[in-house]
Amino acid sequence: MLKITPFHSRTAPLVRAQTWRRWAGYQMASAYDPHPDREYAAIRNAAALIDVSPLHKYMLTGTDSARLLDRMITRDMTKCTVGQVYYTPWCDAAGKVIDDGTVSRLADSTYRLTSADSSLRWLQMNAVGMNVQIEDVSERVGTLALQGPLSRAILQQISPGDFTKLKYFRVIETTVGGVPVTVSRTGYTGDLGYEIWVEAPRAEALWDALIQAGTPYGITPAGVWALDIARIEAGLIMLDVDYFSAHHALIEARKSSPYEINLGWAVSPGKGPFNGRRALAAERGRGAAWGFVGLELDWDSFERLFRAHHLPPHLSNIAWRASAPVYRDGIQIGYATSGSWSPLLKQSLALAHLRAPHFNPGTQVRLEITVEHQRKTADAVVRKLPFFDPERKKA
Amino acid sequence: MSARRYDAVLIGGGHNGLVAAAYLARAGKRTLVLERRPLLGGAAVTEEIFPGFKFSVFSYVVSLLRPEIIRDLELPRHGLQILPLESTITPMDNGDYLGSWSDPDETRRELERHSRRDADASAVFGRLMHHMAMAVKPIIGMVPPDPASLAPSDLRGLLKLGGHFRSLGAERFHALHKLMTMSSADYLDEWFEFGPLKATKSASGIIGTFLGPRSPGSAYVLLHHYMGEIDGAFRAWGFQKGGTGGISNAIAGAARAAGAEIRTDAAVERVLVRNGRTTGVALASGEEIASDLVVSGLDPRLTFTRLVEPETLPGELLEGVRRYKFRGSSGKVNLALSGLPDFTCLPGKGPHLRGAVSISPSIEYLERAYDDAKYGEFSRNPYMDIVIPSMIDPGMAPPGKHVMSIFVQYAPYALNGGWTDAKREAFGDAVVDTLARYAPNIKSLILHRQVLTPADIERITGLSEGNIFQGELALQQLFFLRPVPQWAKYRTPIHGYWQCGAGTHPGGGIMGASGRLAALEILRNGR
Repeated sequence: MLKITPFHSRTAPLVRAQTWRRWAGYQMASAYDPHPDREYAAIRNAAALIDVSPLHKYMLTGTDSARLLDRMITRDMTKCTVGQVYYTPWCDAAGKVIDDGTVSRLADSTYRLTSADSSLRWLQMNAVGMNVQIEDVSERVGTLALQGPLSRAILQQISPGDFTKLKYFRVIETTVGGVPVTVSRTGYTGDLGYEIWVEAPRAEALWDALIQAGTPYGITPAGVWALDIARIEAGLIMLDVDYFSAHHALIEARKSSPYEINLGWAVSPGKGPFNGRRALAAERGRGAAWGFVGLELDWDSFERLFRAHHLPPHLSNIAWRASAPVYRDGIQIGYATSGSWSPLLKQSLALAHLRAPHFNPGTQVRLEITVEHQRKTADAVVRKLPFFDPERKKA
Repeated sequence: MSARRYDAVLIGGGHNGLVAAAYLARAGKRTLVLERRPLLGGAAVTEEIFPGFKFSVFSYVVSLLRPEIIRDLELPRHGLQILPLESTITPMDNGDYLGSWSDPDETRRELERHSRRDADASAVFGRLMHHMAMAVKPIIGMVPPDPASLAPSDLRGLLKLGGHFRSLGAERFHALHKLMTMSSADYLDEWFEFGPLKATKSASGIIGTFLGPRSPGSAYVLLHHYMGEIDGAFRAWGFQKGGTGGISNAIAGAARAAGAEIRTDAAVERVLVRNGRTTGVALASGEEIASDLVVSGLDPRLTFTRLVEPETLPGELLEGVRRYKFRGSSGKVNLALSGLPDFTCLPGKGPHLRGAVSISPSIEYLERAYDDAKYGEFSRNPYMDIVIPSMIDPGMAPPGKHVMSIFVQYAPYALNGGWTDAKREAFGDAVVDTLARYAPNIKSLILHRQVLTPADIERITGLSEGNIFQGELALQQLFFLRPVPQWAKYRTPIHGYWQCGAGTHPGGGIMGASGRLAALEILRNGR
């Protein structure tokens, strides 16, 4: 039996075409309309309300909670102040990524960790001998992402919190529509946006308050399809799509280091001991074997492949998640793992793993696509991620 | 003469002028755009005509903006953001409605409610129109060859065109011929039986022209809508964030980024000509600006009879310009609303309010609307294409309030007795009264009303006779005949003086193709 989120009573009646999917064992809307165009547009133009409750969530308390996190993640936990949020990967001893998520410092020794996979065992294994209580609150806490340029204006209608002062990757405790919540300025869209964390019994009241206050601002419930397009534009990776957990990969070749998935910036080599430190230092010295980059398809080249069949170019209105070979000078140099037409940028985008030294921005490559049952390649150019990075995200 | 010299001066900061400027500047030309009004965009402008309420005052949706322009000028980087406008409903006089939704299955089921036969026909008709649009598409992207010319470039163009039409095959060529010659009512009668469907489809054949759905030649204009469909993958169809002025500003941003200068409040009085060559322009302020290349984005009448001395031009050209038909036939009513309209056919605040509402209950209704105009009156019960932009972009109105854009046809430029303030208000009343038959609460919601007749459109934008396409999109003035035979390739008889507005091929709509093709032709010819 798949689980349902605390917002299910509100989301379920809106899923007009019964387009459900699975996410971490939960039943989740792919889209509320039969296709995601309008939901996506809300993310970039107004505000989208996205149920992201299936994230795994852990509360860490006790005097050693910071020590535990510092040992586990690649960022320097000692520099994380109260009210700050870190996005970070964490690795095994070989420096291969197990998962990625956020750490919020809610109080002196109180932290909330989110992860895509279940992480209880790994937390417990790393906490041996430490004074830390680990509580899995995944089912107790519901999470709504309110994302888009008008998200702040909506929150200000119904919350005493000062959202003009809440900076990017900061978190506050407040109320929204009278419901006690924590609000973090985080998200998976690369836009101005917030994630709102609520105790499950008050979840519906929170949803109702946001919909009511947000309607004049064009608030739109959005599903995973819309989110997927936005996260590709924002160059944000997804576990089990763009990379595999070192804990689950069946072969070594499927594992990635943070440097190989564009998370090198989140590794603090100078900090105290942490999982994977030695391996990552060595990798840093010799340079990563792979790079994770953006690819931008050349439209004329793409269109030509269709014109050969007297067809107009075909673009899906949902993102794709599949492996597609990438070539340079006729030799395979890597593979794309997901991609999408960007309705905003009017470009076909993909996220790709490319071998050194082929991942420098501006490198001309070819991406395999299938046109009229035939495998072809289209010109593409390597781009630095993210593709889309509006000022309002951090402003 | 002012100290600065430019390689190119563009007259008019409408979207075609801006597109041409951007292409010329990208090619390294020192380019200046001169716009008479304080804001850019011509008929693609957003103005806050009532505090807090923003209106796409004239042109209100994007359908045909060329994908190659979006790419070449990197318009998304400069603010182009097109939001989906997903549905159309046609309220019927019996209280029912016909809906067309973004999901093809939902649309098909809706049509089946009214006619199972039409639902089947619709898919086959869509395929035919797809082929017709594919057949015509190359024409939009080419400089029209002159069929009466023996010049190598014209012959090459004609050969290419001939080859293209031969490749269509007999069936599609015959279908194309019918499409070119029939009325939209007759053409649609061959396919469909359900009146509101035929009327709503035929409406796209009469927009901006002084034709009724039963007038021969109106079928061709239907095709313009399907051109958007085959570029559907690119999804350049919908509503620009912030209104159509946002498109003009995006193009202007691209032009500036390429080095172009843009001046507003700079009305050009005339083009300076010496010995058959242009030497620059003189502004209304008396300032003169020197340039060997002057490009007019204004319509053919202004380009050939206002900006230059007509005596310097060949008589055939002037006669052609005189014959060229403007005949503005449409008006616009913009409403600031305190709340949402409640349509009798679909009560409440449903998803239909995020799409278009077409007041086109039957072909007879549209033809009667045309009859009024034919005899010099505005339609007592006009065709209307209504959108509520604030439902798509909440930034267009204060929270909870709305703006409504009503495109209205027919409102003849040559109204009996001429347009007066009283007649403008009577026209506005006819529009609101007609709408109130389908949405009775509308009158109680109106906070502000702006009524624009063709005379107002001419006065504000300069478009002659208020024609929104710089001249009708009628077969006798398209392609190598637009605006005038032998002068369809953006040139004029004055050396260095060019035309780039919608009065040149391929014309009308926020398409930008005229501006782009003109700039490319100028660059190809070294000026």
